[in-house]
Amino acid sequence: MVAKDEASTEIDRPRRNRPLLPRRRSRTRSASRSENALGWIFTGPVVFGLILFVAIPILLTVWVSFRDWNGFVSPFDTPYIGFENYSKLLFEAGIRQTDFARSIRNNFYYVIGVVPMQTTLALVIAVILNKTALKGKGFFRTAYYFPSITSSIAVTLIFVFMFQTQGAINAVLPFGNINWLDNANGLIHNALGVIGVHQPPAWAAGIEFMGLTLWDWFAGPSVAMFAIMMLVTWTTTGTMMLIFLAGLQSIPPSVEEAATVDGAGPFQMFWRVTIPMMRPTIYFVVMLGLIGTWQVFDQIFATNFGGPRKTTITPAFWIYFQSFRNSEAGLGAAIAILLFGVIMIFAFLQRCIIKSSGEL
Amino acid sequence: MARDKITKASVKRFLGYAALVFFALVFILPFVLTIVTSFKTLPDIQQNPVRLWADPKYGWTLDGIRGLNTSNVRLPRWAFNSVVVTVSVVAGRLFFDSIAGFALAKMRFRGRRAVFGFVIVVLAVPGVVLLIPKFLIMKELGILNTYAGLILPLMFDAFGIFLMKQFFEQLPDEMLEAAAIDGATTWQIFTKVALPLAAPALIALTILSTAGVWNDFMHPLIAVPGNPDLQTLPLGLANIRAAFGQAQPWNTILAGTMLATLPIAIIFFIFQRYFVQGLATSGTKG
Repeated sequence: MVAKDEASTEIDRPRRNRPLLPRRRSRTRSASRSENALGWIFTGPVVFGLILFVAIPILLTVWVSFRDWNGFVSPFDTPYIGFENYSKLLFEAGIRQTDFARSIRNNFYYVIGVVPMQTTLALVIAVILNKTALKGKGFFRTAYYFPSITSSIAVTLIFVFMFQTQGAINAVLPFGNINWLDNANGLIHNALGVIGVHQPPAWAAGIEFMGLTLWDWFAGPSVAMFAIMMLVTWTTTGTMMLIFLAGLQSIPPSVEEAATVDGAGPFQMFWRVTIPMMRPTIYFVVMLGLIGTWQVFDQIFATNFGGPRKTTITPAFWIYFQSFRNSEAGLGAAIAILLFGVIMIFAFLQRCIIKSSGEL
Repeated sequence: MARDKITKASVKRFLGYAALVFFALVFILPFVLTIVTSFKTLPDIQQNPVRLWADPKYGWTLDGIRGLNTSNVRLPRWAFNSVVVTVSVVAGRLFFDSIAGFALAKMRFRGRRAVFGFVIVVLAVPGVVLLIPKFLIMKELGILNTYAGLILPLMFDAFGIFLMKQFFEQLPDEMLEAAAIDGATTWQIFTKVALPLAAPALIALTILSTAGVWNDFMHPLIAVPGNPDLQTLPLGLANIRAAFGQAQPWNTILAGTMLATLPIAIIFFIFQRYFVQGLATSGTKG
């Protein structure tokens, strides 16, 4: 009976209000005060560091985006110009607006190319790796994941080497020598060329939005951008595959056994069982991909520095270029804020989806 | 019937292997090509860009490696900087992330929720947005173009704090309470009880941070714009093609990428057991 009493008091004791590391006189005021102090001593340095290198920079970006700042002088000596940087990017016709539109267009094609490619490839590989009773799974998993842990710059250089006109890719492909990295032609334009459309129809050449004609908006990714998309897909698929593998292993085997008993073939199994069971993981990977692909920078810098004919500039690259090479840091900050908005929308969507799928 | 089943299974197995081998080649061949090309002569590279063996006409060469230590291309210097930066940042992260993670998981103090909320918000901020003001802050602090500028901003890392907090939360309170009852101070509980138990999390944090910092390009790019002596490997490599102008000595360029990848590759192959173990324990029930 005594033991039972002790047990019940243990349970009844309100856990939340109890200090988790009780000193011998844990209930006294001095003890809780020292826990307060210790907590702040433990977390203070990182809070200070994160405020200094993340929180203040965000506020500074917003503040600088309203100033005419060249990046050299102190921004505190520069004039306040209101929304001028933003309107140059969004509303005033001119090279700033056209370049911003180009960067958005290029990155948009990059996103809608890379995200489905890496997601599908990663899922297919993960399913094969997970399902079949094969030996050497560890080796294959290592092989697929390895590109993901290597430096983006090193990998980019390897791809630049392979995508040269006299390079490995052309030597392997049967199309003759394509000048991949200096080719500004859009893939959709190229495809239209195959069916005989070489010139824009009048309506597509006539209508302009943000300094680009409809014909330009629907150019598709340039051949150079396409090469970068291949490179990135190759690099990131391994990470996505690991996430999918973890997801696949959480599918209870009984579900698949039941489907087999009911006579499901491998394709039915994939479409009717695996895909529905993996929906939360797929959402997660897609959102991760969306957030990542809107920030592509390293590969752009190390392949073509935005060329040929600005068909590989992206907002992230354009922030760097305008701020540090073109001495328009105020404008760069405005691009950063706009890009931040785009990424936040996707991050918010991700959060909502994870929350709702977590409740299922 | 039985034979039918056996052949069906073996065809399936063959197809599975074929797919896996195909993908493995796609993922690994570029690295093999890189290693081989590093030891080829330039005319050989131009004539046989895909061949995984040096043409006997030209033979093997160490010119590629030799080209990595000249006035423009200073791989030893870049590697030294990368080691200094990576070791300092990872050591700093292990220290700061574990104390902060421990406090957030196991200590009750006023503002704990606010601190954790702040960490989560920071976690969501994309790095690209911070480029310009980070530069400005480093300039104002006077750490632009110094090792401090390369190291300090990377040391504060919300993801690591989050990781350590999640791990410490799994430790049973009773264990820590027992130590407290035995008279251990909070610091002793942290160093003698919690930290040793957190070894798997610390290893994971070390691996992830090492790869992340070693490969990081964006931060060094803005942190040391005016000091070639402080360039790290990714930064040096990103500019290597420009350093050569029109001529592109691919054996040297690829030897550089190979040597930059090597340390991470070694760490990965030694510690990949932890990746695999992590995956295995998370459920190979099926």
